[in-house]
Amino acid sequence: MFKKKLTILLLTLCLAVVAAGCGQNSNNGGKEDSKNGANGSGSEKVTVNFMHLWPEGVSAGQNKIVNQIISEYQKENPNVTIKQEVLDNEQYKNKLKVLSASNQLPDVGVTWAAGFLQPYVEGKLFTPLDDLLSGNLNGKFVSGTTEAYAVDGKTYGLPLEFNISPVYYNKTLFEKYKLEVPQTYEQFKQVVKTLSENGVAPIALGNKDRWTGSLWYMYLADRFAGQEALSKAISGSGSFKDENLVKAASEVQSLVDSNAFVKGFNGLSNEEAKSEFLNSKAAMYMMGTWELPNFTTNEDIPKEFRDSVGFFKFPTVEGGKGDINSWVGGPGVGLFVSESSNVKAEAKAFVEYFVEKWGEQSVTGAGVIPATKVDTSKLELPQLYVDLFNEMNKASSITLFADVQMQANAAETHLNQIQALFGKAVTPEKFSEEHDAAISKGN
Amino acid sequence: MDKVMSNKRIIALYVLPSLLLILAIVYIPIVLTGYYGLNQWNGIGAMKFIGLDNYQALIKDKMFWNSAGHSLMLAVFSTLSLILYLVIAMVLSAKLKGVNFFRKIYLIPMLLSSVAIAQLWLKIYHPTNGILNSFLESIGFANPPAWLAESSLVLFALFIPILWQYAGFYILIYYAALKNIPASLEEAAKIDGANAFQIAYKIKLPLAMEVIKVTIVLAVVGSLKYFDLIYVMTDGGPNGSSEVMASYMYHQAFRAYDFGYGSAIGFFLLIICLIVTWIIRKLTATKDTIQYS
Repeated sequence: MFKKKLTILLLTLCLAVVAAGCGQNSNNGGKEDSKNGANGSGSEKVTVNFMHLWPEGVSAGQNKIVNQIISEYQKENPNVTIKQEVLDNEQYKNKLKVLSASNQLPDVGVTWAAGFLQPYVEGKLFTPLDDLLSGNLNGKFVSGTTEAYAVDGKTYGLPLEFNISPVYYNKTLFEKYKLEVPQTYEQFKQVVKTLSENGVAPIALGNKDRWTGSLWYMYLADRFAGQEALSKAISGSGSFKDENLVKAASEVQSLVDSNAFVKGFNGLSNEEAKSEFLNSKAAMYMMGTWELPNFTTNEDIPKEFRDSVGFFKFPTVEGGKGDINSWVGGPGVGLFVSESSNVKAEAKAFVEYFVEKWGEQSVTGAGVIPATKVDTSKLELPQLYVDLFNEMNKASSITLFADVQMQANAAETHLNQIQALFGKAVTPEKFSEEHDAAISKGN
Repeated sequence: MDKVMSNKRIIALYVLPSLLLILAIVYIPIVLTGYYGLNQWNGIGAMKFIGLDNYQALIKDKMFWNSAGHSLMLAVFSTLSLILYLVIAMVLSAKLKGVNFFRKIYLIPMLLSSVAIAQLWLKIYHPTNGILNSFLESIGFANPPAWLAESSLVLFALFIPILWQYAGFYILIYYAALKNIPASLEEAAKIDGANAFQIAYKIKLPLAMEVIKVTIVLAVVGSLKYFDLIYVMTDGGPNGSSEVMASYMYHQAFRAYDFGYGSAIGFFLLIICLIVTWIIRKLTATKDTIQYS
């Protein structure tokens, strides 16, 4: 009998310890909050939760700016504490979905435009930010950037970055083989041929990530069929069976046939392909302007290489409808405010502040091109950056990345078909059919 | 203490916390997954009840059966490789010199995390700089394939690291089972003039049968729900040629935003695993189990 009591006693003790452990945690959390809030003046203390995707290890430049802006903001608004949660890109996307399923989104977070944004808006999870657009930020955005974040006339996110995708090339390799920057697609094919004959991989492409191949298809589609036909096909008002769009798809396969891309591109990730370009093993690399820091200011990459990177616009096709100043690109990530946030006013104020400061600091600090207008004339910037910045202002049209523009389901089909097209597992005709079918199905 | 252990209330008290935990984190989610599978749901907005539509779509989905075929192939290959593991374990359990070293060598892959293994093999398979292709080029193959980019090769290229990863685990299990067989049986057989092959086939194999059955179930079910290495190394590509059931489920739920459909696949996968386990148990059932005595 005594033993029985002892056992019960021990068990109770165990449970008590476990329970105390739980309690301890929540106590700690509470303490921290009140400690942070204690800096505030008399006004009510508020914590704004901010989830973003610039971890220190991966995006050092951006991470530094975020911390800078937050600490400045907290200094100016002593009653507000910004609590950060930092995740990697892919994890971030997954966590956002899980949080939205339980309606526990952070007060402020990062989102992508168009197709990505839509389900969140339909689920009434993001709050409209139009009042910010007509306030302090009025006229500050580069035209065409906030539109991608609008659904039914309301804007649900404020973009931070704006990107276009040039073809970067290795000047040293081009000089070595006496190549000139191609103006027309015929010249481009000649460049590919020369490089390939000399045992240099012409183009670094990591098509395991699929959107990388999509960029190449989109440019060919744009140059062959023109921006309008491509946009219409993506939105569903036109068709991918358009003769010129099919031609663009078959042109992808003839590029593959002429060994234009690095060996095994369908099994390589974008990072692996990029390292081929960084090691001067591949001569060209098409990527968004978010890669600019690696070719300008990133000290981890040898200066000799950085100095030898140039860029050119995707060449025009003879008889094609596209214009050389037409780009594939679009706004990068933006900020949203959660509809169910308890501190909506503070969150909005923080977003407004963040977007404005980001515009100034991201140029010099991270070398990315912001979505807000910046006067670069007074700043000392790398030439490559300035050149691309100017190109962006001259752009005749900018077509948003297809996988961003389409709804999730259609985007998934598009990306799979891209991989199949590059791997020659589908014909250009079938490729077009699958696209039309997926887009007309909607999500 | 014995008295305490025979008290039903105390037993319940001990078992209850873990039972509640398992209910909350395993069984309730399973039921919920089955329920989500009955809905049209993008994981964000409101759910719409559509009955068995997702399951019907699943039956007709070519991509799903394609990935199921890949999972099945993995199951076949891992079951076949069990034979090899058993042979290795038999050699290792024999009293040979240097066996200790090999035992450790085989176990090491098991200690690495899947992602580390994936990264390692990505380097090995790299089309131009990888060890494999560099080696093949050095011995005269002018143009070795890009292993992870060819639809016809990618699946087999993935099987090798997967089987390599789990080799140590099964060898360890077999080794333990074989060591459990009393040495006296083997000695008696030797005296009767049995050779090594006869000892292995007539004595060791039947006595290790119960363990072998368990490993078959483990290998088959493990293969059917396999995910991690494939996700990291090819993400199901190129063009779905290395997609397995679990990665297809992930893509439907998290990439195409079709949580209802993704859940239906997950639930279907659970049912398949249960059925397969049941079939294997039935097929390998023996009436009288052999005792060591």
